[in-house]
Amino acid sequence: MNKYWIYLGVCVLLGFTASCNDSDDNGPTYTPTPVTLEIPAVFDGVLLPPAIPNDNPLTEEGIALGKKLFFDPILSLDNSQACADCHRPENAFSDPRRFSVGINGNEGTRQSMPLFNMAWNFENKFFWDGRALSIEDQIFKPVVDPNEMANTWPNAENSLQADAEYPELFERAFGTRNIDSVLVSKAIAQFMRTLVSANSKFDRFQMGLEQLTPQEENGLNVFLDEGRGDCFHCHGLPESPLWTDNIFHNNGMDEVITDLGLGGFSGDPREFGHFKSPSLRNLAYTAPYMHDGRFETLEEVINHYSEGLVFSETIDPLMKNVSTGGAHMTESDKADLKAFLLTLSDESFINNPDFRQ
Amino acid sequence: MKNLKKIALLLVATVAFVSCNNDDDSTPTPSNTTVDFTFTQNFNGDAIENSDYENTQYTNANGETLTLSKLVYLISDITFTATDGTVYDAGDYNLVNARTGSNLNFTPGVSIPEGDYTVSFTFGFDDEDNDLDGGYPGLNTADGGWNVPTPLGGGYHYMRMEGTYINNLGATDNFQYHTVRANRHSSLPPSPTTLEELVDTSFIVNLGTVTIGSNTNIEVKMNVDQWFKNPNLWDLNTWYTVLMPNFEAQMDMSENGAGGVFSLGEVTQ
Repeated sequence: MNKYWIYLGVCVLLGFTASCNDSDDNGPTYTPTPVTLEIPAVFDGVLLPPAIPNDNPLTEEGIALGKKLFFDPILSLDNSQACADCHRPENAFSDPRRFSVGINGNEGTRQSMPLFNMAWNFENKFFWDGRALSIEDQIFKPVVDPNEMANTWPNAENSLQADAEYPELFERAFGTRNIDSVLVSKAIAQFMRTLVSANSKFDRFQMGLEQLTPQEENGLNVFLDEGRGDCFHCHGLPESPLWTDNIFHNNGMDEVITDLGLGGFSGDPREFGHFKSPSLRNLAYTAPYMHDGRFETLEEVINHYSEGLVFSETIDPLMKNVSTGGAHMTESDKADLKAFLLTLSDESFINNPDFRQ
Repeated sequence: MKNLKKIALLLVATVAFVSCNNDDDSTPTPSNTTVDFTFTQNFNGDAIENSDYENTQYTNANGETLTLSKLVYLISDITFTATDGTVYDAGDYNLVNARTGSNLNFTPGVSIPEGDYTVSFTFGFDDEDNDLDGGYPGLNTADGGWNVPTPLGGGYHYMRMEGTYINNLGATDNFQYHTVRANRHSSLPPSPTTLEELVDTSFIVNLGTVTIGSNTNIEVKMNVDQWFKNPNLWDLNTWYTVLMPNFEAQMDMSENGAGGVFSLGEVTQ
């Protein structure tokens, strides 16, 4: 009986000691502040809630760290190029150049995609060709792309680790001073999920705060008319205000497909030449257009769908009257359509101080 | 020590007694169950698999050669009507993407007693569901927005079937067989001021009587060929595009759909 109580006492003591030890191992308290992404009024109740991964919840410390990393050239090999150099806030986080230029002076082959409302991409495929399966995954690519930052992740991690500020910032955000690529991607992804654009003239019209001009109203009708613009089947509509389907299409730009797009990643020949529909928000700031930036103006884009369609094997069936080049809209309808499209641009987004360095 | 053993024994006995008591208290009731559905597609009996899209050529009743590239459709209000007339309906919907395979399997959110039921569902949305205040966020973000533009009456698509066909001139052309609520306009192109009439062209599919057990799966078959015939022979050369604001085309689509596109497949227990 006595032995029994002694064993029990020892066990309790050991357990207590172990508990104390665990607490001591934790070091400074890790208490990041949770952030709930504010849902814009035009999205609220209309769209599904934003997709925030369970293993990377938004926190004030994580977002701040991600923003610092986004604007810091430290991730590039020669410390000369930041994410923001090719994803410029004033261009809705796109690049006014047709192809961005990496640290080695090499051009890429596709236009820099604008960045906003990515938390509502429920397809979870990113880049023009969908080869990144999450925002976090997407961040891994440009750092090591020889035509972009041309770095290695071990080298980028070492640079951050040796920096005077970053270890402390990672500790605040993630509870560790040991910096690795996964945490870098998580932090930048958190910042990118906060890039929300939903305050365009059309958004305000939807909320009854502003009126459209007759020209803009007719442009919306053209947009929604299967026989003219038929833009809505790929680019959404007022009831689906992301203005993209986040899906991949061959939109009849080339008879011979040289850039395989989604098919180059998936290996499926039926997806050769498929590229993601970009959102039509912020077109005023995101020229040039299309995955290869071949069109400098919205007029060229509209003319393409009106008269310029060409056939290839994987062309999307939504491209109508391909044999005659398209729907042949009137010049008046084209001008109205352009006027409507420009109502989707959100000046407050590109000037938001939270999104500037 | 002896006392301790006695106390322990008493505790065990008490727990056992209470446990038995609980069991005895529960009166046996018929167990309710959910029912699984599997949606399959075929062209006149030939199963349509992912590899068939954009590859396999089919010939419709009018003799046109066609391929499919997209087949997405909405069903709603799966309903179980018991032999005593009791109706069970979860009131939910399922958007099937036949090519990608998403939502081919669906379990309505209703639990029913085992037994015999007449099983039915609605193709698309009836007007009550189509005009639901606030709509459906899940559909607003599905397939680029499953909505129908307001100038065409609003609500939601019922189906998007797309592909290519060989036209009368021997050329390959695209078709978009989109089914929506029929909308008639005073003039085209449509605008918010041209809409004159809306007709609910959703339809109810009755699968017949099915015995529901504790683990029942019901296959619902779609014969795509049926969309092009019976009662209306479909000529793709005439109606291949801009069908959403085409009132007559929508009426014919609905009649063909109700004419036997869907049928009961295999039922497993």
